[in-house]
Amino acid sequence: MATVKNTSNLLSLVGKSLNRRSFSVSKVAAAKQMTVRDALNSALDEEMSRDERVFIIGEEVAQYDGAYKVTRGLWKKYGDKRVIDTPITEMGFTGIAVGAAMAGLRPVCEYMTFNFAMQAIDQIVNSAAKTFYMSAGLVNVPVVFRGPNGAAAGVAAQHSQCYGAWYAHVPGLKVISPYNSEDCKGLLKAAIRDPDPVVFLENELLYGVQYPMSDQALANDFILPIGKAKIERPGKHITIVAHSKAVETSLQAANELSSKGIEAEVINLRSLRPLDMNTINASVAKTNHLISVEQGWPTAGMGAEILARIMESETFFHLDQPAVRVTGVDVPMPYTKSLEAAALPAPKDVLEAAKKLLKVK
Amino acid sequence: MAFNKCVRLFTSSLKTNIYRVSTKTRTTRSHFSAQSLTEGPTFPGAQTTWTEKLEFVSKATYPPIPAYRVMDRNGDVINKSEEPQLDKSFLLKMYKDMRLLNTIDKVLYESQRQGRISFYMTNYGEEAMHIGSAAALTNSDVVFGQYREAGVLVWRGFTLQQFVDQCYGNRDDLGKGRQMPVHYGSRDLNFVTISSPLSTQMPQAVGAAYALKGTGRVVICYYGDGAASEGDAHAAFNFAATLECPVILFCRNNGYAISTPIRDQYRGDGIAARGPGYGINTLRVDGNDVLAVYNATKLAKKYCIEEQKPVVIEALGYRLGHHSTSDDSTAYRSQEEVDTWAASDNPPNKLKLYLMKKGWWSEEEEKKFLQQARKDFMNAFSAGEKKLKPKWTETFEDVYKNMPPHIK
Repeated sequence: MATVKNTSNLLSLVGKSLNRRSFSVSKVAAAKQMTVRDALNSALDEEMSRDERVFIIGEEVAQYDGAYKVTRGLWKKYGDKRVIDTPITEMGFTGIAVGAAMAGLRPVCEYMTFNFAMQAIDQIVNSAAKTFYMSAGLVNVPVVFRGPNGAAAGVAAQHSQCYGAWYAHVPGLKVISPYNSEDCKGLLKAAIRDPDPVVFLENELLYGVQYPMSDQALANDFILPIGKAKIERPGKHITIVAHSKAVETSLQAANELSSKGIEAEVINLRSLRPLDMNTINASVAKTNHLISVEQGWPTAGMGAEILARIMESETFFHLDQPAVRVTGVDVPMPYTKSLEAAALPAPKDVLEAAKKLLKVK
Repeated sequence: MAFNKCVRLFTSSLKTNIYRVSTKTRTTRSHFSAQSLTEGPTFPGAQTTWTEKLEFVSKATYPPIPAYRVMDRNGDVINKSEEPQLDKSFLLKMYKDMRLLNTIDKVLYESQRQGRISFYMTNYGEEAMHIGSAAALTNSDVVFGQYREAGVLVWRGFTLQQFVDQCYGNRDDLGKGRQMPVHYGSRDLNFVTISSPLSTQMPQAVGAAYALKGTGRVVICYYGDGAASEGDAHAAFNFAATLECPVILFCRNNGYAISTPIRDQYRGDGIAARGPGYGINTLRVDGNDVLAVYNATKLAKKYCIEEQKPVVIEALGYRLGHHSTSDDSTAYRSQEEVDTWAASDNPPNKLKLYLMKKGWWSEEEEKKFLQQARKDFMNAFSAGEKKLKPKWTETFEDVYKNMPPHIK
């Protein structure tokens, strides 16, 4: 219910909050900047050069460099054998990727958007996720399914859905929802090396955004652990948990809260399955307040899962107020710009929710 | 949208259809005789003959299916008996609608480039496929489009204002601002709202045709050469054949699926060759020849109604525009290739030459028409741009037929 209230606040304040959006990168301005797209590209490049079994398969990934240019230059560098353009059939090329993984290769299967992976979800869930278990551990499926997930801009209901909760529901899958360039590079490399099937959910709107990269992150051996969240911003008054683009929304809200003397701790989940409850629990034990923020829908979403796990754990007793979810509005994504903005969580919604929880004006 | 209407109208006929299909299944079990097997092959899987020679059946076993045409590239009719006897006003509507489509495309494409709308897809090079097929059907026939079928709507009477309102997602948009540009839909015109995921319209069209059996109406389903690779395409072909549905499965084979050329899409004799494989009567047609497309669709409809069976049409053409505003086609094909097609085998130009030779069209009339068309469209365009967006409360409508309390 909190969600519905939050989103109606949001609806009235969309125009203003959109104008105020900006990226906060100032504190590490000295580090090298890299776009999310280039970070993904370098992860693919490094892993392909490291392991000959790694190959990319999908629509337009080779000659056209990928629908969003994530695979730019890789076909020229590695050729037809390692970067494969396919006919249009997600079910078909996902099946090929799953089969190749069963036979010992390391496919990276790209979808133009995860919305189109719906055509192939049987291969992902019934085959990739369950084969290791159903073969009694005889056949593992080391495949990465990757592509943009969630809302982009002006592409309406059938291109704007978050599948985080869908895949996180499935035992056998690992699910990653990275936020910035470091996340993307370190986690995609980890996903490719992982022995299990990994769903890697990117965000189209972040592809072109630059984020600082540490020297460590620029190195060839930079790997981030799957299943470990990151505290993007430490704080002591309230915990905000988010994934993907909602991390940005949360950081913006945290900046505004800071100006009111409220220090929010923002947790970037990075992985949706396994879910790093240790980091969340430790944070809530410190702040005694929790908000989850996601662009996906509220019902049976990631926020619902996190709140339920808090309720089941000792951490529940650390809460001073019931935890709340800030989510996308419970309708398919509309096309019209004003309605689209109204259907997604904005910093203002997080701010309002935080103020309400902390009982400040 | 239109689909709901169909379903309502035709559920009454469903029971009889199911009965008809099941009796048919029973009567086809005829090879088996209780006493013995006959000399010829009697396997249930195929009605065939024996051979003692072991050899592959290959693509080369059969010649390619020829492409039917009426006109040559200069707009001259090759065989007079194939010329459809269409009156002047009908032919002029065909031509003007093709040019109107070009006008709509030009303005809306540019408006996307200027950031006024988020997305657009032009129809250049496929005008004859749209207009020729639409003209051979009636507005009561149901259209399941893929996304590049705006010409069908132009023919059926979708207004310029309706095109603009949809692309702007303003408050008069029939789709209430829910869908991306070019995802048109019109219940009045029996044009089922476009859905982005590729090929899903194909089995749906077959299902709609199943519901329409025996009503004298047909379904036309448009899809591209790339869409035909999806699993849904196979399901559609096979179900259309086995359920004997009056559906025209119209392939717009324009040579490219976004950037993917035909060679990476399939290795057989196009989409047409698949029709007989499924037991479906098939036509291959010059998609740049509007009269040929018209004749083919007319024949297909007649067959669909008389036999209550499907038809596959493969219209061969060339996509002159980019796939959409999301790609730049010079990254995967040369500008020279595009220019050659545009200059030497251009659907509206071909019809224009045909009309001019009949003395029914002139350069002056063309100039006047184009000026007026652009003026009319620009009027609709400015009006559409100024209109308010849908009210935010409308976001919550139509998620369910009866709005649940938590949304209220």
